[in-house]
Amino acid sequence: MTTLTRPEPDGNGTGAPARLAAGARAGAERPPRLRRELRALHALVHRDLLRLACQRTPTALMLLHPVLYLFILGGGLATLIPTASLGVGYRTYLFPGMLMMTVQTPAIMVGIRLITDRQSGYLRELLMAPVGRATLLLGGCAGGTLVATVQGAVLLGLAGAVGIPYDPVLFALLLGGMVLASFTITALSLALAVGLSRPETFHTLLGLVMMPLLFLSGGFFPLASLPGWAQPLAAVNPLAYGVDVLRRSIALRAPGQAAAGGVEWAGRQPPLFLEAGLLLTAGVLALLWATRRFSRPE
Amino acid sequence: MPLHTGDHASPRTAAPHPGDTPPAPAPAISTRGLVKSYRGPDGTTTHAVRGLDLDVRQGETFAFLGPNGAGKSTTIAMLCALTRPTSGHATVAGADVLTEPDRVRRRVGLLFQHSALDPDLTAEQNLRVHARLYGLGRAEARRRTAEVLDLADLTDRRRSPVRTLSGGMRRRLELARQLLHSPGVLFLDEPTTGLDPHARARVREHLRDLRDRHGSTLFVTTHYLDEAEHCDRLAIIDGGRLVAQGTPHEVKAAIGDDRVVLRTSDDEAARRVVGTLTPPDRSLTVDADGLWLRVPDGSAWIPRLCAALGAHGIAVHAASATPPTLDDVFFHHTGRSMAPDGGGR
Repeated sequence: MTTLTRPEPDGNGTGAPARLAAGARAGAERPPRLRRELRALHALVHRDLLRLACQRTPTALMLLHPVLYLFILGGGLATLIPTASLGVGYRTYLFPGMLMMTVQTPAIMVGIRLITDRQSGYLRELLMAPVGRATLLLGGCAGGTLVATVQGAVLLGLAGAVGIPYDPVLFALLLGGMVLASFTITALSLALAVGLSRPETFHTLLGLVMMPLLFLSGGFFPLASLPGWAQPLAAVNPLAYGVDVLRRSIALRAPGQAAAGGVEWAGRQPPLFLEAGLLLTAGVLALLWATRRFSRPE
Repeated sequence: MPLHTGDHASPRTAAPHPGDTPPAPAPAISTRGLVKSYRGPDGTTTHAVRGLDLDVRQGETFAFLGPNGAGKSTTIAMLCALTRPTSGHATVAGADVLTEPDRVRRRVGLLFQHSALDPDLTAEQNLRVHARLYGLGRAEARRRTAEVLDLADLTDRRRSPVRTLSGGMRRRLELARQLLHSPGVLFLDEPTTGLDPHARARVREHLRDLRDRHGSTLFVTTHYLDEAEHCDRLAIIDGGRLVAQGTPHEVKAAIGDDRVVLRTSDDEAARRVVGTLTPPDRSLTVDADGLWLRVPDGSAWIPRLCAALGAHGIAVHAASATPPTLDDVFFHHTGRSMAPDGGGR
């Protein structure tokens, strides 16, 4: 083996190692910190988009799920539920809830991914990167939000089928609402996942929490028809605000399709911007909490 | 020179900051009294590493040898600023692991024992994402990706999803990924564990290439004795403590003696004859192998012993002198063998 006969590196002066050290030194201050963090953020979002692009079948199946709800559940119940009690046809009523279901699944996957990345060792690779841990979580959150919104945008295409006009402003509002809702659900999902090491625990928790959250969101039936004890639960359900923001965006641009019901505080509907603000605040708080847990040194 | 960043030295280097002047022959890694203890839930304290003093020079391949659980991975985690040492100091690639963890991580690469790639993405996509994660610009990320793919001999598989690659290819891709940001020091935690002999040989070939052609400093942990044998210098760790440090030759020379085995027509008679020639503190043993003894520079002894035995009319059928192995070294310091399965020599 050549190993033992090789001259000592400090014997032949400043060769490659010295140049290497100089290179590392030059790279130390360049590029500036903020740009590095942004590049890392971009890397994580890019990874999510690449994964979305190569997982076409699971994505298509994921999208099919809310469509089935919309047309089968919606179609079945449309004849039973009188339009008068909702203000709109049941399928139209169901549409914001379906959008919420669509964005919710990929948004929640971000939390599951954090756990599986931890298990597979990919997270360690990420932690080795010379960026802040907050950037890593933020990148996951941004990627999840984007992927969820993209999937929601696909289902927006069905608007015509439930009698909602193809109005660019309305679509922009709905997209904005979906970004907001996706962000908050992603952040909540990360906050839930950050302390867990086994995906099973996360799935169990989700199974426990997801069904009540969905049924208390007002996506399937007006919150007003809930029993009195369930009303406060609905009022603290972020999904309810998400559905409400979408539904009231529709009412804003297509008054003919305005549906009744939604979150009420002491019998009054909070203003739309307040609802959006609450959603955003919940997301930011969840993300901050998750970041704090995630940044804890071991 | 595709590995290093010499070709884009910034104008910044012309006007160095005060206090940032490169101390030329600084060691790549230097630790003093490095300790890591974990507090258990029941109040007990586990000492994973108990006071390490290591010095690794620029451009050398340094093996960190020890049985499983000796503290190798914990040491690497501290040197890569992934875990804070309980006490002690360490500088890696010119940065302090305690006060400049970010700088350390920018200057080192770490190949984990169980590394992970994104199985759905292609080899190229995996590298591209990683390069951006390390702050490389778009064009630079593309250029470096092509370079390290070439280095890993994976250019023709760059568009294959990682899940379709063989174990050896994945390992090489993981290695390539750690080279993207041109690290000054590359840590490799059991780089060849779990690979078949052919793939192991290829990974080693790549590592040798890195050192010889690019002057990389490699810090390799291993429990394969033969792997440590091929490194420039090595340290042996057991129970969180260093038991030996030096070149393979030095650590073996420290325990000194070769094992000389003779098979003769009459081993008992030969034992008496040999006993008159060797220093009295040498023990002579006769067993199924024949007559054996430990002496320094064993091969020089063989002709003398043969001549003496011949003079006494004892025929020598076979003679051999075996230098001490690293396992002998480990046994010498710890009283245990590291390779009960003969994984070493």
